[in-house]
Amino acid sequence: MAREGGLRLLGLTVSPFVVRVRMALQLKGIGYEYIEQDLFTKGELLLVSNRVHKKVPVLIHDGKPVCESLAIVHYVDEVWAATGPSILPADPYERADARFWAAYADSKLLPAWVGIMWAATEEEKAEKVGDTLTAIGHLEEAFGKCSKGKPFFAGDSVGYLDLVLGSQLLWFEALRKMFGVVVIEEGKAPLLSAWVKRFGQTDTAKEVVPDVDIAVQYLKKLQSHRPGSTVAQLLS
Amino acid sequence: MAGGDDLKLLGTWASPFAIRVKLALAVKGLSYEYAEEDLASKSELLLTSNPVHKKIPVLIHNGMPVCESNVIVEYIDEAFAGPSILSDDPYERATARFWAAYVDDKLLASWATILFRGKTEEEKSEGKKALLAALDTLEGALAKCSDGKGFFGGDSVGLVDMVLGSQLSWLKATEVITGEEFFDGEKTPLLSAWMARFSELDAAKAALPDVDSVVEFAKMRQARMAAAAATTPNS
Repeated sequence: MAREGGLRLLGLTVSPFVVRVRMALQLKGIGYEYIEQDLFTKGELLLVSNRVHKKVPVLIHDGKPVCESLAIVHYVDEVWAATGPSILPADPYERADARFWAAYADSKLLPAWVGIMWAATEEEKAEKVGDTLTAIGHLEEAFGKCSKGKPFFAGDSVGYLDLVLGSQLLWFEALRKMFGVVVIEEGKAPLLSAWVKRFGQTDTAKEVVPDVDIAVQYLKKLQSHRPGSTVAQLLS
Repeated sequence: MAGGDDLKLLGTWASPFAIRVKLALAVKGLSYEYAEEDLASKSELLLTSNPVHKKIPVLIHNGMPVCESNVIVEYIDEAFAGPSILSDDPYERATARFWAAYVDDKLLASWATILFRGKTEEEKSEGKKALLAALDTLEGALAKCSDGKGFFGGDSVGLVDMVLGSQLSWLKATEVITGEEFFDGEKTPLLSAWMARFSELDAAKAALPDVDSVVEFAKMRQARMAAAAATTPNS
């Protein structure tokens, strides 16, 4: 793996926002210093590097911070355009499609399953489960269209949307373990179900995604510290 | 303008999300057909073009729909020649994307809270604080991004200028409705100068609705919301 001088990533191992950035760097074969952050007691470097939001991930390249996970993934793809596979497709329409679904995965799917974890009542939980499954339904359809019969959203190999959705998978496992909720069920979302297995077999997933028990432990820690945290406090 | 490109924009006149797409199309010098949507009675075209969200704006290019305003703006930048909306430099692009997200997450949310989402005086007051804080932050951002030049994009209008600019009529309408001044020439001199400069652009004059119309629209919406709240039990 090429060691890139002056590249540091401030993150939280279990955060989907961080995981996708690490996946992008892994895909490109870029070496970096990873610095795990304590989001309960934020360190000086994080506070200085992301003054506006004080959140992870932050990629610090030659001393210059890049914030917002999707902006970072684009940045990695653009700076190291000549290295490794492209993360975003070349065609403008396909890029727009990938960005549309990435925005959907983050704005509709992610808050829904996070909502399951923090639901105060069974009613609320059921509502959030419903929202999650609706979002999965749309993404199942999207997979059919985007992949065009190939193994990944991006085609023959993983790309932008695979990373954005793939970075959320470990939490689906955690939801199954802790709440008995199955987010991607083979019967209801066969294409995505097969994709989950394939994605899990990639080097990108194997090298970056932490064990589900780490996510479970982190959630238990959050539950004991901060009841009712919003997404922002939970995972970034 | 390149011939053979069929462009149609589905939008609403007051929506900052639709306005920023108009700005992008104008900057690229692109001709397009504009269709005003009635959100109470959405067209078949809108429903089939954006089946997931059923929202405007939607840009339909040679029959292919592109949805999500900022996705559309980047698409316009990448699919068509002409002045760049995003810089070639990856770091500047990342910075622009960061601030564009900030403007929508923090600034838009704050005036929407003041005008619509805030149910209590306390919530509205929080919205006002948030608005002032966001403008203060953006003053700093403008200083860095513009590097002494006229716009967030430097010499020419870029993504952040469009995202922020698309909200100008609403920001001014918020001042009119609340009777309070949020833009302070002394506290945020760069932003104030930027506002004047941006408003003078032909693209802005064409795309931005006049403030009085927005004020009227906002008041009507507030009245409708109040009526709905009054007739809803346990609201």
